[in-house]
Amino acid sequence: MAKVKYIAGKEPHAKEHRMIFKNVDREGWDVSLKTYEKEGGYKQLAKALKMEPKAVQDEVKAAGLRGRGGAGFPTGVKWGFVPPNNTKPVYLICNADESEPGTFKDRYIIHQDPHQLIEGLIISAYAVGAHLAYIYIREEFPEGAKILEAAIEEARKKKYIGKNVLGSGFELEVYVHRGAGAYICGEETGLIESLEGKRPYPRIKPPYFPAAMGLYLCPTIVNNVESLCHVKHIIDMGATAYGKLGTPRNTGTRILCVSGDVQRPGYYEIQVGKVTMGELINDMCGGMKKGRKLKAVIPGGSSSKILRADEKFTLKKGDKDVVIGLKDIPMDFDSLMACGSMAGSGGVIVLDDSRAISWVLNNLNTFYAHESCGQCTPCREGSAWMKKITDRIVSGNASPEDVDTLESVAYNIDGKTICAFGEACSWPTEAMVAKFRDELIGDTDGKNANRPVSKETQQAAKNLKTLNT
Amino acid sequence: MALEVPADLEKEIDERITHYPESLRSAVLPLLHLMQEHFGYISEDAVVWVAEKLELEPIRVLEVVTFYPGFRQKQVGKHHIRVCRTLSCAMAGSAELMDEFCKKTGIDRSSVSHHDPIAVSEDGKYSIEFAECLAGCGTGPVCMVNDDFHELVGAEKMEEILKNCD
Ligand SMILES: Cc1cc2nc3c(=O)[nH]c(=O)nc-3n(C[C@H](O)[C@H](O)[C@H](O)COP(=O)(O)O)c2cc1C
Ligand code: SF4
Ligand code: FES
Repeated sequence: MAKVKYIAGKEPHAKEHRMIFKNVDREGWDVSLKTYEKEGGYKQLAKALKMEPKAVQDEVKAAGLRGRGGAGFPTGVKWGFVPPNNTKPVYLICNADESEPGTFKDRYIIHQDPHQLIEGLIISAYAVGAHLAYIYIREEFPEGAKILEAAIEEARKKKYIGKNVLGSGFELEVYVHRGAGAYICGEETGLIESLEGKRPYPRIKPPYFPAAMGLYLCPTIVNNVESLCHVKHIIDMGATAYGKLGTPRNTGTRILCVSGDVQRPGYYEIQVGKVTMGELINDMCGGMKKGRKLKAVIPGGSSSKILRADEKFTLKKGDKDVVIGLKDIPMDFDSLMACGSMAGSGGVIVLDDSRAISWVLNNLNTFYAHESCGQCTPCREGSAWMKKITDRIVSGNASPEDVDTLESVAYNIDGKTICAFGEACSWPTEAMVAKFRDELIGDTDGKNANRPVSKETQQAAKNLKTLNT
Repeated sequence: MALEVPADLEKEIDERITHYPESLRSAVLPLLHLMQEHFGYISEDAVVWVAEKLELEPIRVLEVVTFYPGFRQKQVGKHHIRVCRTLSCAMAGSAELMDEFCKKTGIDRSSVSHHDPIAVSEDGKYSIEFAECLAGCGTGPVCMVNDDFHELVGAEKMEEILKNCD
């Protein structure tokens, strides 16, 4: 394989393991099929087509790939949920809605290496028996949609897509479908409704997976962009070699997107679980800004529960319990879950001691209030109440009791809604109130309060008016 | 008043419809995008036209238009600016960026609301609104001007962006 040279200043960090992002920021690389083929592009498709679809599925299952879209569900297992005696058409949908705040990895795959995604998608379609696939891309990636359509056209010309893929008899058509600026279209059943030309109201569960009943009530597999790219590499390396990347049960690589108060925000592809939070923040991202201290981290997209810099966590090591700090948490699905949060979409938002929690929470609550689809009362009303209460806290008009009300609103959404947006919008409030209660109460009026409110909150209140209109 | 849909646009529309062999209704979003690209916004006539084309009741199209923030029911400026409002960008200064954009383009945002989030400059050259996370959080504050994406938009970059708008 040719040696990869990166654009000066964009070289990967030594602790990275570039696989999915191998060609991102690469010198001399472009999105054309010619360039992609020069390094063995679509060879894995040819290899997969020689296997039985079931064997491709088994390979992905054995590799231990877990979905990179948010829930971390094993991809091969999900594929297996297509009913065995199914006679209806099967659809494959690539979820390129990328709208969880803090997440910006799919953007680079689409804009810089579209054929990697398309090859992964074709192999996956073959594995699940789909003959029609859609890439659902958010409206805010207009250029990405054009790049994908051009790449699909190139692939069609070379018979990677079409009536008789590479002469194998397998038939597949792929289209790009653009969203229209709504976060809820990332939720897979909302996405399906949107693709059916309706309002993206998520569907009532069960069925828990669209694999049973999805697009046009037919079996449908929805996978994230990054997940589909991994499929290509699993076929390339084989399940055993792939499974050696990362850690057991948390295999492969994944892209972490770091934003917020670090010296070098950006994307970092790591072997899952082989890098700790401390290594990520201090080594890879160059640590905190000058004179600033770490306050907290939102580790897996805005919906994941915040972790405090001074928190202690208990992890199981074999059959022993070990107590660790925030910086020692391995960046993988199971560890972050054991710490009471989640790896989610891989979006790591870092906050330093200049940030007021009331302002951070208010910003996210404004997002969720705007994005609730409005179908269920607890979510529609509750998300707006949570925003209003944090508006009051930030602007200095809240009472200490408001913090309790805020918390109770969150718990009245969580677990009581049609889709997981209910959890997504209440977890930030639940965790921030639980972990920063004193600070939030300190920002309110009343006998416990240390008003005038903190310097950080005053600063935050200044731009509240702009941000909330 | 019937909508004038030029032949080449209708040809593109007919091609798009073939992407959805199972259901005409699935073509609602792509058709609305084509309409908006061509006319600048989705008028009532456009709703009726799309509905007829796809053999739907107009309400089925209108309910889609009113749900998605990506569809607009009024004309925007020649250069439509979307500033990301969400956390990472807000931490990097998106409120300041919004204020600066408004100052430099002469846009008054005092009347925007949840249902009418877009403010337009008096001469119609610019319009602006906040967007939620644009998936560029590592290089905030970010914005879009029409279809172009801009990262790390400080004061200087903003001036440059506006200079390139003719
Ligand atoms: C509110 C909400 C928003 C979501 N947004 C996205 C998204 O933008 N992109 C994505 O890939 N998955 C998103 N998901 C997860 C999808 O529902 C689905 O689980 C995922 O696309 C499955 O792909 P995977 O198994 O490859 O991870 C979202 C889920 C919820 C509840
Ligand atoms: S939980 Fe919220 S976003 Fe999900 S269906 Fe209910 S109202 Fe819509
Ligand atoms: S927060 Fe602005 S792009 Fe994500």
